[in-house]
Amino acid sequence: MTISPIPSLKKKQIYELAESGKRIDGRGLIDMRKIEINTNILDKAEGSASVKLGDTYVIAGVKFEISEPFPDIPDEGILSVTAEFLPLASPLFEAGPPDENAIELARVVDRALRGGKAINTKKLCLIPGKKVWTVWVDIFVFDHCGNLIDASALASLCALLTAKIPKTEVIGNEVKILDEYEPLPIESLPIIVTIAKIGDKLLVDPSLEEEEVMDCRISIAFVEGKDKQEHICAIQKGGRGSFSYEEILRAVEIAKVKSQEIRKIIPCGGK
Amino acid sequence: MERKKLISDDGRRLDGRRLDEIRPIKFKIGVLKNADGSAYMELGKTKVIVGVFGPRELHPKHLAVPDKCIIQARYHMAPFSVKERKPPAPTRREIELSKVIREALEPAIFVELFPRTTIEIYAEVIQADGSTRCAAISAASLALADAGIPMRDLVASIAVAKVDGHLVLDVMDEEDKYGSSDMPVAMMPSKNVITLLQMDGMLTYEEFKKSLELAKKGCMEVYMKQKEALESYFKNIKEEK
Amino acid sequence: MIYFSQRQIVVPGFVLAEGNYETGRNVYKEGNKFYATVIGLAELKDKIINVIPLRGCYIPSVGDVLIGKVIDIITTAWLVDIRSPWNAILFAKDFFSKPIDIMKEDLRKYLDVGELIVAKIISFDRTKNPVLTAKGRGLGKIEKGTVIEVEPTRVPRIIGKKGSMINMLKKETGCQIHVGQNGRIWISGKNREDEFLVVEAIRKIESEAHTTGLTNRVYSLITKRRVVNGKEKANI
Repeated sequence: MTISPIPSLKKKQIYELAESGKRIDGRGLIDMRKIEINTNILDKAEGSASVKLGDTYVIAGVKFEISEPFPDIPDEGILSVTAEFLPLASPLFEAGPPDENAIELARVVDRALRGGKAINTKKLCLIPGKKVWTVWVDIFVFDHCGNLIDASALASLCALLTAKIPKTEVIGNEVKILDEYEPLPIESLPIIVTIAKIGDKLLVDPSLEEEEVMDCRISIAFVEGKDKQEHICAIQKGGRGSFSYEEILRAVEIAKVKSQEIRKIIPCGGK
Repeated sequence: MERKKLISDDGRRLDGRRLDEIRPIKFKIGVLKNADGSAYMELGKTKVIVGVFGPRELHPKHLAVPDKCIIQARYHMAPFSVKERKPPAPTRREIELSKVIREALEPAIFVELFPRTTIEIYAEVIQADGSTRCAAISAASLALADAGIPMRDLVASIAVAKVDGHLVLDVMDEEDKYGSSDMPVAMMPSKNVITLLQMDGMLTYEEFKKSLELAKKGCMEVYMKQKEALESYFKNIKEEK
Repeated sequence: MIYFSQRQIVVPGFVLAEGNYETGRNVYKEGNKFYATVIGLAELKDKIINVIPLRGCYIPSVGDVLIGKVIDIITTAWLVDIRSPWNAILFAKDFFSKPIDIMKEDLRKYLDVGELIVAKIISFDRTKNPVLTAKGRGLGKIEKGTVIEVEPTRVPRIIGKKGSMINMLKKETGCQIHVGQNGRIWISGKNREDEFLVVEAIRKIESEAHTTGLTNRVYSLITKRRVVNGKEKANI
């Protein structure tokens, strides 16, 4: 009921277990928790998905809006990702505007989707320099039980995969929105995998308890390129500790394998 | 342009309901792990998740009250819960609704048992199709029960509208938009008292009295579903293998 | 007039009875009627109506032994989370067996934020925060073992009638088990496997708290696991 630090006894136990290749919830070091994806859960959102990663629970919703393009990319649509750490998700979260953690999360997800060229934004241009589609992805965190980044990235991607965008007709400088819909131009599936460092061990998909005691974490996004090769498309190191050069490379190797595993369970919406 | 007809000649509403019929209700209890109590409600297409924390110490401490627990409530709509994306920052409407929701629930809670503490209630609307505050209140009452917070009664809530000259129970979005009045009501059904009453539009005294009767009938129906949901959830916990 | 059957699940506001009865736990009276205040099991014993809660936080009570977690240090005391609506206070004099010079000593050296203690409530009345002592037999800092949390409402079941459940667990696993009234349980065994076996058994008790024949089912779980663990060891 009260906000308080993780007991030092538990911290000791998590480190001891990791040392012998075990984890407090019985997983192996590179096991993910169970992933449960539900898509198209809402009618008023143009696309939606919920992801349960263990007990971590997030919902992502997609909405569209016609807006002006950025001056430096006048012929591309805009992707905009926000995240809300709802106060009901953790005794530590407070109501109010997104804090640095929520903003970091949204930006990491945004970079993975953008860097991995998940959406062909050129196809979202309506009148070059004047009108383009903005794709809003709003991430709502309902239960924070660790590793919000991976769960949010997965929910966002699945919501985009199920999203239906209205067809349009351009007459002069006017855009007419039709009552017909088509899927978003999704061209790749970037997946983020977060790895925590505990002592000198690397643990995939840290739980809340593990996050609270970890030295630091690294989130790595992988995407399958047009060349059928796996490419890294975003990285974020977080937490106060540090990684050795060798640890980083090992984490990347692990993330590559894990991201492929996760990609296989995505309900692909026709893809 | 002629407005869409909301009530058919044979007394049916847009979704086929009779005038005094509520939409299908679905409750789920204990949906969140971190919250001390939680509940999910579907009222037709309206979908709400509520989480409760507490009682716990209030910070900053000078806000605490020596003889009772402070109730805090927040009603919030997801950007994707409505047709036109709603920016996530709270609007004036959400702030007002947070207040009336708090005041609808507070009479049910034994606040005097927990001096100097707070109970926080967070309602998130993930899909809005009318009567979202009613769903938030009905679900919050279950989340409070799930947290084991002592209460005089559950609180059940429903809205009544006047649409095309008819009084209708459990208002959905289009009826709210095009109807001529909207009146959300919340009750503590076993005590037969009203804890939320708002109205906008125009009603005669007779219509108002009828609306209130209709709301009472609706609250009783919601209450039955609430009881059923709690009993079956805790029965399952009790008998879980 | 009674409106429930023995151990029926009732919800807040449920009308339990009318007439000449007495209010027990989690029941209130208004006019001539008795109502439940929480979700729980209704019981009538000698005209007293009780509702045994199925959910709820820990409410402190003088004399309770519990497990607290240090969350802050103020000059002469520790602030302790006891999973109740109010944090508890442990004054330095109720921790040290010998008097020490508080002004010179750093309390953190003896008991730091995040550390756990077994403590007893020595005063509490809802208007003031509960006060603890950690001096006495079985009380003090926890240095090793595993500590888990269960629903505070499940504590009586984990202890069992006259300690039957907890004594069986101790005997069968060889672990020391301290059940705090606030739903924190300290398990200390010869090795982690024994401790984890107790954790598994407690999780089973927690989820099946209100069923019958539970002690026997937990007993057979332990014997079954021990056979498996024994075999593993034999293979090595």
